[in-house]
Amino acid sequence: MSKVSSTTLRDSLSVSITVGAYGVAFGAAAVANGFTVLQSCLLSLLTFSGASQFAVIGVVGAGGSAISGIATASLLGIRNALYGVIMAPRLQVSGITRVVAAQITIDESTAVALGQEPRGTDAMRKGFWYTGIGVFVFWNLFTLAGALGAQAMGDVRAFGLDSAVPAAFLGLVWPRLTGKFERILAVSCAIFAIAMTPILPAGLPIIATAFIAIAIGLKR
Amino acid sequence: MNTLWIATIGTCVIAFALKYSGHSVPERWLSHPKIQRINALIPIALLSALVAVQSFSEKSKLMIDQRLVGLSVAIIALFLKAPFPVVVLSAAVSSAGVYRWF
Repeated sequence: MSKVSSTTLRDSLSVSITVGAYGVAFGAAAVANGFTVLQSCLLSLLTFSGASQFAVIGVVGAGGSAISGIATASLLGIRNALYGVIMAPRLQVSGITRVVAAQITIDESTAVALGQEPRGTDAMRKGFWYTGIGVFVFWNLFTLAGALGAQAMGDVRAFGLDSAVPAAFLGLVWPRLTGKFERILAVSCAIFAIAMTPILPAGLPIIATAFIAIAIGLKR
Repeated sequence: MNTLWIATIGTCVIAFALKYSGHSVPERWLSHPKIQRINALIPIALLSALVAVQSFSEKSKLMIDQRLVGLSVAIIALFLKAPFPVVVLSAAVSSAGVYRWF
């Protein structure tokens, strides 16, 4: 294997294992929020987008309607469409290969692919496929492990799973808080959602913040 | 079909549709600067709201419990630049500790 390939492979594998292992937290949290092991695994196999998956189990687990859960998860999934726009011209695939490429178009595969850009298009493609498939395999295996583990736990609060979910969301949003504007937006949305929680049906306070983001984005 | 199944299947279908649409629609449809900007803001808004609601509420009631400790520990871990799994694990362990011993 050439030096370029092995660098790409190393980047992809380290991301795959680290991110994939985190599927344990998802599987456990899903079961803790009332989803079955089968439903947890289906979400990881078919949705395959961490933030969206945590969102749907969080919203529905907190008493929100199915529609609220789906809407929140889908709003978070929009970014995968934009990653697709970036990756499609670089991958040049069609048919069933495009279906597979679409399914593994997530934060990590896109990030590793773009990270390989200085090494050329071939390295980008390899980075995308290695990382996408790697994360997919580990994420799903660890989801199953987490779901089965949580099923055996009983009271999930005694294992801190009730705190693992908000900590996961915090870990996902943290790297995005790059400037003062982003931090103000984050804190405002957090306060808004808490203030609306006793008033609006579960799930709606969260979805409402997406519209705040859209309004600001259109105006600025 | 119950809420959990509807939520599971609906989320899966739309998630894939979004991914596939990105690979299929003409690039100019989604490369508008306003869409790019909104796309950067939506996850910040939703994830921050989720952090808050998941930490301080149960059903529609606001409450403060062991999750406040978990969240605080997660914030400290993030300030110390801890990797993702460490952030989640430290939050879980501290929260479980408070729940069990107080």
